[in-house]
Parts: sequence; C-alpha cells; structure tokens
Amino acid sequence: MTLSQPVSPLAQARYILSENYVTFGAFLLFFVMVIFALLGEGIAPYDPLASNASIALSPPSLAHWFGTDDLGRDVLSRVLVATRLDLGIAVVAVVLSFALGSILGTCSGYFGGWCDRIISRIIDTLMAFPLFILAMGLVAALGNTVENIIYATAVINLPLYTRVVRAEILVRRDAGYVEAARLAGNGHLRIMAAHLFPNVLPVMMVHISLNMGWAILNAAGLSFIGLGVRPPTPEWGIMVAEGATYIISGEWWLAIFPGAVLMLAVFCFNLLGDGLRDLIDPRMRT
Amino acid sequence: MPVRRGGYQQLASAVNPSLRPSQEGTLQLIFFQVRRFHRAWILVSLTMSRPSTLSIVIRRIIGALPSILGVIIVTFVLTRALPGDPAAYFAGPAASQEAIDQIRETLGLNRSLPEQFIIYVGELLRGDLGNSLTTGQTVVSDLLTRLPASLELTLAGLVFSLTLALPLGILAATRPGSWIDHGVRVLATAGVSLPTFFTGLLLIYVFYFLLGVAPAPLGRLAILYSPPDQITGLFLVDSLLAGDLETFRAALGQLMLPAITLGLFALAPLARVTRAAMLSVLSSDFIRTARASGLAPHTILFGYAFRNALLPVVTTLGVVFSFLLGANVLVEKVFAWPGIGSYAVSALIASDYAAVQGFVLTMALLYVVLNLLIDLLYTVIDPRAGVES
Repeated sequence: MTLSQPVSPLAQARYILSENYVTFGAFLLFFVMVIFALLGEGIAPYDPLASNASIALSPPSLAHWFGTDDLGRDVLSRVLVATRLDLGIAVVAVVLSFALGSILGTCSGYFGGWCDRIISRIIDTLMAFPLFILAMGLVAALGNTVENIIYATAVINLPLYTRVVRAEILVRRDAGYVEAARLAGNGHLRIMAAHLFPNVLPVMMVHISLNMGWAILNAAGLSFIGLGVRPPTPEWGIMVAEGATYIISGEWWLAIFPGAVLMLAVFCFNLLGDGLRDLIDPRMRT
Repeated sequence: MPVRRGGYQQLASAVNPSLRPSQEGTLQLIFFQVRRFHRAWILVSLTMSRPSTLSIVIRRIIGALPSILGVIIVTFVLTRALPGDPAAYFAGPAASQEAIDQIRETLGLNRSLPEQFIIYVGELLRGDLGNSLTTGQTVVSDLLTRLPASLELTLAGLVFSLTLALPLGILAATRPGSWIDHGVRVLATAGVSLPTFFTGLLLIYVFYFLLGVAPAPLGRLAILYSPPDQITGLFLVDSLLAGDLETFRAALGQLMLPAITLGLFALAPLARVTRAAMLSVLSSDFIRTARASGLAPHTILFGYAFRNALLPVVTTLGVVFSFLLGANVLVEKVFAWPGIGSYAVSALIASDYAAVQGFVLTMALLYVVLNLLIDLLYTVIDPRAGVES
C-alpha cells in the first residue's frame, strides 16, 4: 500500500485490523454479544426461569455447561438471556449521556461566557461526588426501578462527555472553516451542528466504547447491591449477588460464570476502545 | 502534563551530550555549579516571591468551598425529589400520621424551598442528619462508628495498589517493548474491566475455600478476638498501640483479601499513568543531559525522572479515589465489612432515606477533602503549583 494513493476507510480499517489481532478479536466478541442480545431466549438451551428442584446446585456438566443454581435453573441460559438487559441498560444510558453531554459541551465550548460558566459549574458539582455513590443516591431518590438505574448511569457519565466535547469544540471554535461558515451567513445552530460537531465525532467514538464498559460495570454493580433489577429476572450483577452465598460452601459456578461473562463484556469494550483509538488517532495511545 | 524544567536543566541540556570520556569531568563540574545555582535560586524564590504555605492552604480550602456548597445543594435536591411525600418516606412505612406530621415539621416541608434549604443547612451545621429507621440511632453516630472501618479498608487498598503500581509502571517504562511492558499494558486494560465484587468472590473462593489460607470473609475480626481499645478506630494501628500482636495479625488477615480486591481495581489506572509519565519524562532533554554527564542510573531514575513523573500520578489519585470510594461499597458487601458502605446498602434496601442521604453526603464531603489533600500534596511536590494559580 503506497501512501500517495487515496485509501478508502474500509480498506484502511481492514489493514489496521489485520495488523492488530487483539482488536479484531474484540470486534468478533462484540458481534457475538450483539447476537446473544438479539436472539436471547432463541438460542438459550433452557428456559431461564424454569426451576427444577431435583437438579438444584448441580455442577457444570454436558447437559448444563455452566451448572444449575439453587432453584435448578440453567446458569448458561440465564447468562445468555441476561446479555440483552445488561447491554440494553448500558447502551440506553450511554446514548442518553452522549446526547445530553454533546449538547451541553457544544454550547459551553462554542458560546463561552455565562453559558460555559453555568454548565461547567454544574458538571464540577457532579464531579465532586464519587460517581458510583452519586448513582446510589439518585436511585434511592428516584425510586428503585430499572429506568432509574439507566438515568443514574446516564447522569454519572454526563461529565465525561460534556468535558470532552467542550474541549474539542474549544480548539476548533476559531478555526478557518468555522470562520468561513460564519461569513457565509450560517447561523450558530448550523455551525455547531453541521460544521463543528461532526469533527468531534471520531474522538467521541473512542470515549463511547471505553465508557460502555464502565456503564455496564456500574449498572451491574448497582444491581449487585440490590437496586433496579428484581430477583427472578436474569441479570449478571444480580446473579453474582445470588451466587455469592454459595461461594463459601464451594458452589462456585453460580457466581463465577456470570461474573466472568460480565468481565469479558467490559474487557471487550475496553479493547474495542483502545483499538478505535489507534484507528482514529495513534497519538492518543499511552 | 508539564514536565518540570528548571533553569539549570535547560542550561545543561544545551551542552553537547556526546562528549568524549575525558571531558566528562569538566561537564560534571559545570553541572555541579549549575545545580548549586539552582538550589540557591529555589531558596531565594521560596523566601521572596512565593506565597507562604499557609496562604496556599487557605486559598485551596476556599477553592473547595463551591464544591462543598454544590454537594449540599445536590443532596438537598435529592431528598426533596422523592416521588410523593418525602415526609412519608423519611418516617418509614410503619409510621403513624402524627409521626409523619412531626417529620414534616422538622424538615420544614410545608414551607418554601429556600426556607427548607436554610433549615437543612442549619441542621447540617448542628451535625444533625436525622435518625436511622433501621438502627434507631442518629445517622451521624451510626456513620461515625462505622467510618474507621471504611477508612482502614480504603487506605489499605490504596497502599497495596501504590506499592505495586509504581514499581510496575517504572519497570514497564524503563524496558519498553519487553514482556513486563506488555504485561503492564494487558494488566491496565484487564484491571479496569474487573468487577470488584467478582474479584472479591474469586479471591474468597481461591484463598478461603480451596487453599484455606484466608479467614472467613465475615467482618474485621474473627469472633475469637476482641477489638483493641479504640484510639484511632483503625484496628491495625490500635492493636499495635496496645502492643497486641496477635490481634494485629488477626486483623491483618481479615483485611488482606478485601484490601487486595480494592487495590486491584485502583492498580490499573495508577500503573498506566506511571508508565506513561515515566516514558515521557525519560525521553526529555534534561534526562539525556543527566545521563550524558555520567550521573548514576539510580540517581537519574529516582532523583530526576520519578519526581517529575509523580505529578501526573498524584493528579490521577483524585479519579482513583472516586473509584475506590465507590468500589468500597461493593467490597464491603462482599466481605461483610462493617463500614459505612455496607450500612448504606442495607439502608437502601430498607428504604431508610435519612441514612442513605447521610451516607451520600459523608462520602461526597470525604471526597472533597481527599481532593483538597491531593491538591496540597501537588503543591508540595511541584513548587510552581502554588505560584501559578
């Protein structure tokens, strides 16, 4: 591949992926998770809610790869079905905080002055809390439901997006093309939405990917301490919490499998984020 | 992050580093003179132009006030944002109408919001966070009795991760591309992916159930031992002060697994930042000059590079504390640790609102204070920090 030829983004992505097996693996894992999330019950070998007392607490076997829990429910099926809920919570939360954070950050970076001061002060106040604890407080105040877990996760991710977008807009605000757009008679809204924001998007993709992992961790942590998702529903955090009591007596498969899958999902998004960063801006690598 | 480059370092880096060995002596002499000049310059700037340490401390504390006000406003809004009647929530599900009315009166819920806020701040100033429904005690006394347990755990976790992260980061930075470098990069990505509660359970399974080397994960001290006389509230310190080595060993055994769980979580960002900071410092001009002038590798690494690399590490500590305090809650639940985290979890489940609000406020204030301490530490490490802002 010579540098003088224009390279299509797809070819470039393929080139980088072939150089970087880890990112490629993360992409594969990501697709597998999306398939699990979409199909869910369709590919689970058993009904995730069907209990069967005669096979309760049986260790992993050929019939039950991940063993069964204290009610005889198949752990593998529960872990598979939980993918949709766990990824769903994280995706919705990240989309919410990305949308709101982008608007706040763009306004704050573009207009500066009072707008910037008020928004920055609000964000600083959120940052003054240890974020997981703020999420706990929010869920306690808003009510113990899955929607509120999503809102709480969205709020604690808001500072990240607002700050990154603000910083990125700030360095581009006085760029030549923005000046040109302004002189051509474009309004503030159009300049922000059509000229500035698209340039921020590539950097944001990296943050979204890294943040997804964190959002999954937070949501699972909240349900681990008993917030949001209610017990019979399969969800990774709550499954680990339910299995925790059996760890001491040696029934490890109840907690270890959902925990390991949760870890794998977060790991996947972190690797994906690192890979995207190399793709978009190699200088950001540390 | 800015790298500290004093006058002498720039001056010395102008000297050609590729000198023949016979000329090294001369260069060292020059270098020595320049260092002496730098020391004198620091002394002068300390006494003349630099504001006193006290005024820096005062300025930092004033700088933290808006955060404290913000935290109080947010916790106030959270209490009043309860869907339905906050008084009914605070009184609990079993309360009579009189009790609810009385709570409404004490919280001032029948008045305007600004008035309610003034009442709220007044109660905070008097140290009144209300009563816990589950324990029947005041929330303040509940939190105060449990706070040392949480502090001991968090500090132990921090010490564990620092003692591992700093050497790992330095090793990775001094041997770029080696197996230890790759290992640290994998560890940094894997470490932030670890759910704390999962790591904790894994450690319990391996070290308690399989190997049998760890004590049962139930609290700070096994039932056989009586807690040492309370002086600091930290069992490790108190038992040492009492000269009771057996209790010390028992407390340490209980503390080990939760502290490691917490530390593993904080390890990743710290090792990552140490590595990056060391790499950028080691490639700078003044390190090249120091190498060229024949200083011992040890002196260069710790006297010059590490001290400059510490600045980004200290900055990261703020974020790490945010993680640690949050992860603390999960670890305390896993290990039945009697700190304020597990107190908040049981309060959350029992819808004990006064206790939850008190916990959120305490943690937030603790975090503000920790950030203040980090700022002050930064001033100590970097002499310019106090002058600039």
